[in-house]
Amino acid sequence: MELVEIFRLWVGGLLTLMIFSFLYKDNPFYKFAEHLFVGVSAAYWMVVGFWTTLIPNLIGFLYPPSVGWFSSNPAEAQNVMNSLNEQTWYWQYGRIVPLIFGLMLLTRLLPKVSWMSRWPMALIIGYAAGTNLTRYLQSDFIAQIKATLIPLIVIVDGKFSLLDTISNIVIVGGVLSALVYFFFSKEHKGWFGGTARVGIWVLMVAFGAAFGYTVMARISLLIGRMDFLGQWIGSVF
Amino acid sequence: MKPNLRHITICLLSVFLFIASSALCMKRQMVLSQSPIVGPFIPEVVNPPDGDGKSLLIIWSKPPGKVIDGYIIERATVSKKKWIQVGEASGDDTSFVDRDRPDAGFRLLTGVNYKYRIITKVQGWKTISLVSEEAVAKPRWFNVQRANVFFVILVYFGSVLFYIDRTRKGKSLFIRRIAGMEAMDEALGRATEMGRPALYIPGIMDVDNIQTIASMVILTEVSKRCAEYDIQLIVPLNRAFVVPLAEESVKEGFLRSGRPDAYNPDDIRYLSDEQFAFTAGVTGIMNRQKTAAHFFLGAFFAESLIVSEIGFSTGAIQIAGTANIHQLPFFVVACDYTLIGEEFYAASAYISKEPQLLGTLKGADLMKLLMMGAVFVGSMLSWVGVEWVVRIFGV
Repeated sequence: MELVEIFRLWVGGLLTLMIFSFLYKDNPFYKFAEHLFVGVSAAYWMVVGFWTTLIPNLIGFLYPPSVGWFSSNPAEAQNVMNSLNEQTWYWQYGRIVPLIFGLMLLTRLLPKVSWMSRWPMALIIGYAAGTNLTRYLQSDFIAQIKATLIPLIVIVDGKFSLLDTISNIVIVGGVLSALVYFFFSKEHKGWFGGTARVGIWVLMVAFGAAFGYTVMARISLLIGRMDFLGQWIGSVF
Repeated sequence: MKPNLRHITICLLSVFLFIASSALCMKRQMVLSQSPIVGPFIPEVVNPPDGDGKSLLIIWSKPPGKVIDGYIIERATVSKKKWIQVGEASGDDTSFVDRDRPDAGFRLLTGVNYKYRIITKVQGWKTISLVSEEAVAKPRWFNVQRANVFFVILVYFGSVLFYIDRTRKGKSLFIRRIAGMEAMDEALGRATEMGRPALYIPGIMDVDNIQTIASMVILTEVSKRCAEYDIQLIVPLNRAFVVPLAEESVKEGFLRSGRPDAYNPDDIRYLSDEQFAFTAGVTGIMNRQKTAAHFFLGAFFAESLIVSEIGFSTGAIQIAGTANIHQLPFFVVACDYTLIGEEFYAASAYISKEPQLLGTLKGADLMKLLMMGAVFVGSMLSWVGVEWVVRIFGV
């Protein structure tokens, strides 16, 4: 085993044990691992943000050769630079507008002009709300209605299918009763309240199934970590 | 005139030539259809119906009588003559959508002239098509395939505006009790009695997530109550962009309670963009600062179980709410109160009582009623074999 690989195993193994030490109680080893993780990841994501957002979406447009800086694939970088060089001037220099908005966001650091940061923030929120509205209406509203438009009596090859029929009735009934639960402008009383109660039962059954499924997935994560610790201990002996 | 031997010979020779030439033609036809060579064709390049200005749709016809192994799609800009492969299609495909893929190094930019050619693969042979007309990717103003979404938006906006107008005119709109929001005072009251801080996490998504935006309205209200009760409110954040938004929300809450001096910007803490580093940081705060009231309101993912379990072990009162259905089970088991799905959005209207939010809630209820009607009628019609309702909701 190479020295680098051994070093990686030791660092990973020790940090894993430090994190697991929290199972006993909060202690200096856990604190060290926690602070290291938070600090390293914050710095890492800042660097990722610079190279995957600022360079390709802003600096690359304003100064295409910048795409080639530190690129691990010069041919690919050349292709991107060629495309960027083909841009019409208004698409290319139009990027100055988001640059200005970005700089306005940084005015939060200067108390006298910090009010300027509210403009780009308002734009971001407005844009997010507007674009998400159509997306959610499409995926969470219209697509869900379509998925629920199923026949209540199922005939397969000219024969009545009992299981499919029950399945479809449960789906349609479950959706309608769960929708009743999410009515806010009417008090949940009488038949309406009864239907809403059926709806919350439907939701809880679904949550129970999802819970079991995810816990199994988490156990597989734990097994993965134990496997890593096994590799580490195996390398020692 | 009597037919002589010469005439008969000419006739027989003509018939023979006709049959021979026909046979040759048929043989050539058979050879052509089995040949790996594909006749020349020009691919058509258009903006796709959902074109966002960063994609182009390349269409071609499948050569008749050929078994195609696949197609290679190549692109070049008008000035640079170098062709680059942008994708592959199977032999049954007759179209390909070329998209801007910065991560893969394939940029397709708005306003640039592109041309395409298709390489057809048959029996190990490759035939290059003619070069397409130049095309420019332009964003479309209206996607006709999504006309149903537009109609739903019109109905939704109409109903929301109608109910907002009614609320402003003084008509009261009833909202049913939401237990999680009723418990807010209980949780903060307990934190006050114990002299410990409260903790509020607005999820782990950025400001472009609708749950984060909805969470900010509740954060304002929670911070207002915290200022009234004189307790510290800690807001750990996963995204740097959310920091100014959370700062403004908390500041506004403190201002509304008449205690702007109590606002401490250091309590709004950016930890890390990394999901589990953030989780580790949050659990550290819970343990070391002994927070007594936890609010997990926003978009949560795999960290939901960890933060809510650790929070439970500290003995804090926990109120959670998310529209991420996969995380709801964990909040349901580990928290005292959980706002399920839309209850979380309704909570902002419930506690603020603002006419705009109340009107939106009532409008959303109307949409649910329409949805239930559509599901009921559509299922009945599907039963008797009528499918046009299903097609209306096609997206």
